Amino acid sequence: MSANIPPSPSPIRRPAVIAPGLTAGSVIEKISSIVLSRELDRGWLMLIALSGTGVMVLGISVSWLLMKGVGVWGINEPVAWGFDIINFVWWIGIGHAGTLISAILLLLHQEWRTSINRFSEAMTLFAVMCAGMFPLLHLGRPWLAFWLFPVPNTMSMWPQFRSPLMWDVFAVSTYGTVSLLFWYVGLIPDFATLRDKAQNKIGKVIFGMAAMGWRGAAQHWARYEVAYLLLAGLATPLVVSVHTVVSFDFAVGVIPGWHTTVMPPYFVAGAVYSGFAMVLTLMLPARAAYKLHDLVTTRHIENMGKVMLATGLIVAYGYTMELFFGFYAGNTAEGFMMKNRMVGSASNAYMCLLFCNIITPQFLWSQKIRRSVLALFVISIIVNIGMWLERYVIVVTCLERDFLPSAWGDFHPTIWDISLFIGTISFFIFMMLLFIRFIPMIPIFEIRALIPKSQAGARALHPTSSTEASPH
Amino acid sequence: MSETTPVAMPHEALQSLADKSGRKYWRSLDELSRDAEFSAQLTDHVRREFPSQVEMLADPVQRRTFLQLMGASLALAGISSCTRQPDEHILPYAKSPESMIPGKPLYFATAMPWSSGAIGLLVESHMGRPTKCEGNPEHAGSRGATDLFSQASVLDLYDPDRSTTIVHNGQLSTWDQLTTTLGPDLEAQKLKRGAGVRILSSCVNSPSLAAQMVDVLTQFPRARWIQCDPVSRDNQRMGALLAFAEDVAPRFDLSKAEVIVTLESDLLADGPHAVRHARAWADRRRDPSKFNRLYCVESTPTGTGTMADHRLALAPSEIERVARAIAQAVGVDVGAAGGAQLGGEVSSWVANLVKDLKAQAGKSLVVAGEPLSAQVHALVNAINDKLHNVGATLEYAEPAAPVSIEQQAGLVQLAQEMSRGEVEMLIIIDANPVYDAPADLEFVAAMQKVPMRIHYGLREDETGWLCNWHIPATHYLEMWSDARAFDGTLSIVQPLIAPLYGAKSVHEFVSVLAGHAGISGYDTVREFWKAKLGAPADFEKRWQRALHDGLLADSGLPARAVTLKRFDAGAAPTIQTGELELALRPDPSLFDGRFANNGWLQEVPKPLSKLTWDNALYLNIDDAKRFDVKSGQVVELTHLGRKLKVAAWIQPGQAHGAATLHLGFGRTRAGRNGNGTGFNAYALRTSTALWGGAATIAKTGETYLLACAQEHHDMNEQGYARDLIRETTPAEFARGEYGAPAEHAGHEPAVAVSKGHDTGHGEKPAHAEGALITQYDSYKYEGYAWGMVIDLSTCTGCNACVVACVAENNIPIVGKEQVHRGRELHWIRIDRYFTGAKNNPGIVFQPIVCMQCENAPCEVVCPVGATSHGNEGLNEMVYNRCVGTKYCSNNCPYKVRRFNFLLYSDWSTPSLKLQRNPDVSVRSRGVMEKCTYCVQRISQARIDAKREDRRIRDGEVQTACQQVCPAQAITFGDINDKTSIVHAQKKQPHNYGLLTELNTAPRTTYLSRVSNPNPEMGA
Repeated sequence: MSANIPPSPSPIRRPAVIAPGLTAGSVIEKISSIVLSRELDRGWLMLIALSGTGVMVLGISVSWLLMKGVGVWGINEPVAWGFDIINFVWWIGIGHAGTLISAILLLLHQEWRTSINRFSEAMTLFAVMCAGMFPLLHLGRPWLAFWLFPVPNTMSMWPQFRSPLMWDVFAVSTYGTVSLLFWYVGLIPDFATLRDKAQNKIGKVIFGMAAMGWRGAAQHWARYEVAYLLLAGLATPLVVSVHTVVSFDFAVGVIPGWHTTVMPPYFVAGAVYSGFAMVLTLMLPARAAYKLHDLVTTRHIENMGKVMLATGLIVAYGYTMELFFGFYAGNTAEGFMMKNRMVGSASNAYMCLLFCNIITPQFLWSQKIRRSVLALFVISIIVNIGMWLERYVIVVTCLERDFLPSAWGDFHPTIWDISLFIGTISFFIFMMLLFIRFIPMIPIFEIRALIPKSQAGARALHPTSSTEASPH
Repeated sequence: MSETTPVAMPHEALQSLADKSGRKYWRSLDELSRDAEFSAQLTDHVRREFPSQVEMLADPVQRRTFLQLMGASLALAGISSCTRQPDEHILPYAKSPESMIPGKPLYFATAMPWSSGAIGLLVESHMGRPTKCEGNPEHAGSRGATDLFSQASVLDLYDPDRSTTIVHNGQLSTWDQLTTTLGPDLEAQKLKRGAGVRILSSCVNSPSLAAQMVDVLTQFPRARWIQCDPVSRDNQRMGALLAFAEDVAPRFDLSKAEVIVTLESDLLADGPHAVRHARAWADRRRDPSKFNRLYCVESTPTGTGTMADHRLALAPSEIERVARAIAQAVGVDVGAAGGAQLGGEVSSWVANLVKDLKAQAGKSLVVAGEPLSAQVHALVNAINDKLHNVGATLEYAEPAAPVSIEQQAGLVQLAQEMSRGEVEMLIIIDANPVYDAPADLEFVAAMQKVPMRIHYGLREDETGWLCNWHIPATHYLEMWSDARAFDGTLSIVQPLIAPLYGAKSVHEFVSVLAGHAGISGYDTVREFWKAKLGAPADFEKRWQRALHDGLLADSGLPARAVTLKRFDAGAAPTIQTGELELALRPDPSLFDGRFANNGWLQEVPKPLSKLTWDNALYLNIDDAKRFDVKSGQVVELTHLGRKLKVAAWIQPGQAHGAATLHLGFGRTRAGRNGNGTGFNAYALRTSTALWGGAATIAKTGETYLLACAQEHHDMNEQGYARDLIRETTPAEFARGEYGAPAEHAGHEPAVAVSKGHDTGHGEKPAHAEGALITQYDSYKYEGYAWGMVIDLSTCTGCNACVVACVAENNIPIVGKEQVHRGRELHWIRIDRYFTGAKNNPGIVFQPIVCMQCENAPCEVVCPVGATSHGNEGLNEMVYNRCVGTKYCSNNCPYKVRRFNFLLYSDWSTPSLKLQRNPDVSVRSRGVMEKCTYCVQRISQARIDAKREDRRIRDGEVQTACQQVCPAQAITFGDINDKTSIVHAQKKQPHNYGLLTELNTAPRTTYLSRVSNPNPEMGA
């Protein structure tokens, strides 16, 4: 079956991705035990209780919203979009890391992705869930949300395809579907492993159903490889398209600060930027808690730091261009918008944003900081805040001051804006916690494929030791 | 049981037959055995023979029967909805009343009574429900327009807080009880010749009601009738008495005046006269070659002030000095102490003004506002006399009120009499002295010494609450009455609807006082006019004519020749320094407080401050700095020893040293909308200083939330000048400068000359203002193409359009908190911009409706196509399709879209449902809405035109805002019609679109504001 193990081409000699000394058995043991045999530890229980409470806050916030209407939020005229769209864009952005890591890095043969891809894919999935809530809830009449889908009906009502919101519907739903499939397909061999390792009946049945009859046959692996590559191919354009389409929500508008061509690339870069920051924010504590240092090595976190630095610089370029054209174009409304951001009513948010998104990542030039878990953790959180602020600046401050000074207004979030945001964060963490405990967070079989390389120059390891995946 | 009973014995059955008289037919023995008598015998029989079965007979509800009954009950419960209807015959509406077509409104002429002069109205009635007031084009006080109060008055009719029943000492009562109880009391008073009776009413404008009152007074000769409004014409009246020794009221003809000077008078926007004044004034402001010139001296910025070519903001005492200086300068004898020396800039300002006045002698006009003293009114009369304006730009006539008295003096005397215990019966009609009497009269304490207090009014208000009897009044749309316009023209007030709560009209109530209980209001009014008009032969014809037209032709009061007498002009007031001068003024939205429970008026942003739901103490920015006060901070205001905590508001345009507080707020028993809004300025008002005077303020450290609909944002914030308002002068206009910024001048923006817009002669196309050149053919509007032009030169910011739009389009009120959050729903807003110096700025109004862009940014972004473009150029909003993404609003550069963030429309209060315009959807929560150019009116006109196989005529469709505008600042029509007025307006050289650089191609455009400054004074 050696031919069926994913090939590990490495044209350039690099340090091994995982720590040496791991064997196929120890990898399986290490990862599957988190799911199968580990006792419920107190930390996990506390976190799940805490985030579970937050999920209830989400439930209450949504219920109140549906009862009273979007007026429970702080939105108004002229700022008709507030936390709803900010959070939507923020969450969608966070979701980008998963697809990027799993699809693009796969196609580029960046094998270091294996230790983190499942984790970030799960994160993507949950982030897209959180994101998907907002376009639905922000509607004045959410019960009519299906009107945004082209559902044939007797009234011949049809969506209006010139609207970027319409494009959003397709972009986000496609993205969510492909992300789910990608994640699930990648999980099938590991579900089979868990099925075989599971001691209790429930585990056997559930994992057995999830494994969809995976036996590790050569034919299975061959089809798996093709399917996974195809999905990667499908997901790759989505990495670029989803946030491009989301940026069209703004770029298509006439509002100063929205109507700029730099939006799509700078949104995509920003999305990857925030996505990697979120992977770090979640991965670093999980790594420490479950002692995964030999699977998620310093090289992983350093690479992620590098990606953040690169995307952060693209974002900085976007800000610079925005600034430049704001003044260079000689347009009154645009010029005012930029000046207002720098020294006017929007300056607080804008200055914070510059600090978080441009100043902070510059520390990542230093290898020492890139290798420091604590520093990276702090930076990743600052970047997450910064990227949220970026969307705040784009959505809110542009709407607060547009063309007619008489129509200007200010946005003040209400308790329900904040509780819904906290609710989605809690939901996200809640789902991540469940994921960590019930699904192997690191792909077992892909790590095993890396073992030969990690033992550089060592004897070829016989791959058929994966008996647990063979049929009975 | 009968089925199971053994068959009856034949002889018993025969017996029962034998007992019957006459013949009875029976079909079977069973039938016979069901006979009651027979079953009684049977029971006996069973009891004897089968004792164990007796129970079953006595109590028939056994298990089986129980089940039968229950089954039947359930089945019946199910069919209870099919209850047989009572046998009452209804008739189809086969023969409807003449001209009543369901779905088509009817219009009836009536008039809104108002103490200083009624406004003639045509009221729209849908199937018997009055829904909206329009001005009566024939009526002298209206000419087709109205003020905001008339527009809002229809909501007062349906106010759910109106009192519905007579209340006697807190108990519900009836009209019969009232008349029977009151009878002996009145008889007792009659013996005393009415010595203990006092009637207090608001100023009566109805001649027939005045005649009834006089009738009452003849029966109670020692009784007294006091008319008193908090905002009266006492000073004007006494000024006329001083100057002419006659009680006459001036009537202005602004159309003939070349130079108009207003002194503390909101001539163009305050009170019912303003409708006509604004019209006459605006007619002179459309053609730059015919411009008049308006000077305005005022303490508080008003609509008139914003329109002035020269505005001088001064504290009230300084205004009086200016008036005296003008009088002196034009040669009026002001007496030894009556003159005034003015300082520096004011002096040269006044000198230029006087020069202008003298140059235009006979064609000028000086107007004094009510807050100025009687002496100043007399002096102004003298000035106009000296300038030979009398007979040209103004004339004098009897006041519109049939019985003109000095109102405040009467009220003061009443309070004294009451506190001395001389009043035994106080009858209050349509007045609320507990709330609005001057504080020094201690009206409540005095009133409570009166043993019998009767209140007749629309609501059980502050006064009604403290009276023994409260009698609900009829709204003017529910009653017969009559009223005089400002020039005396008579209108019959005819009811549009029977009293909603069965109330009796004021005529019927006064009839009771006069001892003629039972006479209907209709008879009273009709009999009065029958007697008045004489000629009984054609009375019916004239009466019907008057009802139809809404006025009695040629009934205006004739002008009276007056001669100026010598009078003592008194002494000029000294200017107070260091302190503030408090100015108490009627509120631009609530007037004196009578409209406090009217949500439309509470929510309409005040013209200058844009405050809603509150009044506040207006301070000049320098004064605010001096006292270290910011907007929204609560200060303690002290005036003549009385204190009041009020929120401060820094108002650009407010005079130095003047602090203005509007009357009408702080009510406690107005109703759900009026209670607890703002601050009660009457608590500071005294009978000796009705309009304010020296005051001090002290900070309290408290803050108060003021809901302002438009913050004070600078047009040129951050140094970026925006081309939103264009201003020019007649001289510049002649040179071809229309106020566009320098970069635009000379090269007009590239205009689309595509096929759709080509006028064929290389002319500037009428629509698609400023549309950019495109390689694509734009849509051809071949049928109608609706467009609007708003003339910034004439908009006085009076808010009538805002309230008219609310009434026409079923726009709900959202409340103070929601306005504060920026969620008001008005489809038309009047933008107010300040220019120039912060402490004495120029002020401009710009009404903003939906621009109906030909390239509308809102349309492309709606994911469900809920807003789309009609083939007549309207940007249409489909409420039922809207899911509420709000994207359209975000993408609207003019921010004219309004969103129902919560459920704002009142779907539950029954009376409010009656008010709604059935032609316009009532919007629910989560739906976007906006101005539609009153598309329902366009549709109606289209139907009418199609039936007659013709095009819609120019002027046939009027939008609600256009129709109501006293200054006719709004023009609307088909711009494809080359003969239409709107087409001509669009071709004006100073027509411009807002934000056309965005290529929105707005259908609503503006005419640059042209002002006519005195060349010698600079702009």
